[in-house]
Amino acid sequence: MQTKRTIFGNRVLPYALLLPQLAITCVFFLWPAGQAFRQSFLREDAFGFKTRFVWFENYEKLFADPLYHNSLWVTVVFSLGVAFLSLVAALILALAVDRTLRAARTYTTLLVWPYAVAPAVAGIMWWFLFNPTIGILPYMLEMLGYNWNHRNSSVDAMILVIIAASWKQISYNFLFFVAGLAAIPHSLVEAAAIDGAGPLKRFFTIIFPLLSPTTFFLLVVNVVYAMFDTFAVIHATTEGGPAQSTNILVYKVFEDGFIGLNLGSSAAQSVVLMAIVIVLTVIQFRWIERRVQY
Amino acid sequence: MTRTFLLATTAMIALPLSAQAQTKVEWWHAMGGELGAKLEEIVAGYNQSQDQYEVVPVYKGTYPETMTGAIAAFRAGQQPHIVQVYEVGTGTMMAAEGAVYPVYKLMQDAGAEFDPAAYLPAVVGYYADTDGNMLSMPFNSSTPILYYNKDVFEKAGLDPEKAPETWAEVEEISKKIMESGAAPCGFTSGWISWVQLENLSAWHNQPIGTLENGFAGLDTELTFNGPVQVKHWENMKRWQDEGVFQYGGPVGGNDAPPKFYAQECAMYMNSSASRAGVVENAKDFEVGYGMLPYYDDVEGAPQNSIIGGATLWVLAGHEDEEYKGVADFFNYLSSAEVQADWHQFSGYLPITTAAYELGKSQGYYAENPGTDVAIRQITLNAPTPNSKGLRFGNYVQVRDVIDEEFEHLLSGGKSAQEALDAVVERGNALIRDFQASNS
Repeated sequence: MQTKRTIFGNRVLPYALLLPQLAITCVFFLWPAGQAFRQSFLREDAFGFKTRFVWFENYEKLFADPLYHNSLWVTVVFSLGVAFLSLVAALILALAVDRTLRAARTYTTLLVWPYAVAPAVAGIMWWFLFNPTIGILPYMLEMLGYNWNHRNSSVDAMILVIIAASWKQISYNFLFFVAGLAAIPHSLVEAAAIDGAGPLKRFFTIIFPLLSPTTFFLLVVNVVYAMFDTFAVIHATTEGGPAQSTNILVYKVFEDGFIGLNLGSSAAQSVVLMAIVIVLTVIQFRWIERRVQY
Repeated sequence: MTRTFLLATTAMIALPLSAQAQTKVEWWHAMGGELGAKLEEIVAGYNQSQDQYEVVPVYKGTYPETMTGAIAAFRAGQQPHIVQVYEVGTGTMMAAEGAVYPVYKLMQDAGAEFDPAAYLPAVVGYYADTDGNMLSMPFNSSTPILYYNKDVFEKAGLDPEKAPETWAEVEEISKKIMESGAAPCGFTSGWISWVQLENLSAWHNQPIGTLENGFAGLDTELTFNGPVQVKHWENMKRWQDEGVFQYGGPVGGNDAPPKFYAQECAMYMNSSASRAGVVENAKDFEVGYGMLPYYDDVEGAPQNSIIGGATLWVLAGHEDEEYKGVADFFNYLSSAEVQADWHQFSGYLPITTAAYELGKSQGYYAENPGTDVAIRQITLNAPTPNSKGLRFGNYVQVRDVIDEEFEHLLSGGKSAQEALDAVVERGNALIRDFQASNS
């Protein structure tokens, strides 16, 4: 690989150029992260008058807490659910657009729109659609004999947040799949067709394997999205309920810290989340990027 | 026309000048919708009544958001002068001695006339320290009452003028309404924790916690897993399965009011302060008011209900001149005229005896039957240690625990006894945490 090298005559200049970015990283990332780390070893009242250093007590309590185990499990189910649903739906849509000869661009544009919707707005919209009292979907489901109520049923609630969180991520995945599909040489697909392979066979033996780099990349991105970017969706729809059944880790940090004012435990949870992000990033760069060919 | 225009222009020019000379007092509140509009009207009335101070109301969202927002602001040195904190935050605020400027002291220091005896005892008792000193300024206190749909009652062949008094009657009436097809559901309820557990306990004179429901010390423990509460929660589960009761969601129960407004549920239990919203939304039907139902086989029931709502806490760290403005504003706020207006508009309790008397002499209660239900209910009997209120640390989370365990009960995961035992166990752990962080 070729590398471009710029020679700086002045020793100070490169640092000066880096300074704005470094300042932003320090102020908005390193400093709060350090604060969270420090806070996770403290026990403090809400106003910060009585502070005590308690070593690992916050962590010990956290890992012994069945509610935290529940939250971990909920997060696993939720993020895999979101990743699976949004990937499959996006792939189907991308394949459909790929086969469309006319107006493919129009469809693409329309399908990308939801990505521009803010998560909180998306959450409110799904909340309306699925509202047990005034929503249209429970009304239609009732005609099919299903009594939808995400206030009582943890399964309904989980389905709701997965759909609401996946919806806008589908647009994002769709774009990547469309690009991935365009990169597959037509000659390969045509050769297979001439050899007598049907559309399904062609998809599973040629298209899907060639898409695997895109799919792996999106899988990690989607899991990270579901774990860390879906706060607004949860907050607008179920608020972690019923009975903690949609209380994912990120939401629990907010609930314990901001609503419950248990700052020590909330900080400890943030530190655990930080560790998870680091692990996921390492997996993506060290493992997936090396094995998957682009 | 020209004259008005000239006046308006002069006013516009004059306004910024006078505003600069005024001392600003910031008030963070949690009143949205109709109540928020009324609150701003009251503040505007105060700002026009004098030109020395200007109160700036800032809407900060829900009660928990307002409270945590103010605490975060305090830690950053950006706190408002006045913050509205709901009753379950009282324990946290009282423990924060350095952050709070007690109202009785503020009034003393500012030399404002202030007579705690003018306030309703049931309201003041909730917010006083052990020596009887008022720590925060009562503003909006309410108590849960029963709303019912008179039209649906009539359609079902029931007497629309008679509200159910006991839980047995609630069940009977609900079933009649459902069978007759007048409405698909009997009742719904906002604030499950506050209405169907805390007030249920007080209303039946059952202890909520030890040490006088926590008033007498941080070392308190919850006890609301007694037979009366267990029986009621068993019934709630059964009623939900039968369709008599529909759950409106955790915390305030956002889905409960639409069920009542849409005439899906014939009865609705919620704060007396929901009255403004009910009157606004019940366009197609007549609303009746009643006291909370009780179990007639429990001795001592009905006792009296307890309040909820919020008080105004003054935060420390501002200039003396600004605190004078706060004291002056509090005097305006608790004047009989302002209180009576606020109470009659919103359904919150009048916090002073004078405001209640004023309403009586205006003939308000005679003209608007049902508006005094809340006052009669809260003063029905002299409060006992079980019914004067509650004061626990970390109670915001305890309320969440109550909602969660109630949801476990409704989804069939736990029996009533198991759910309430779990509330007590998890709640006590939270109260111990609070004790540890505050001692």
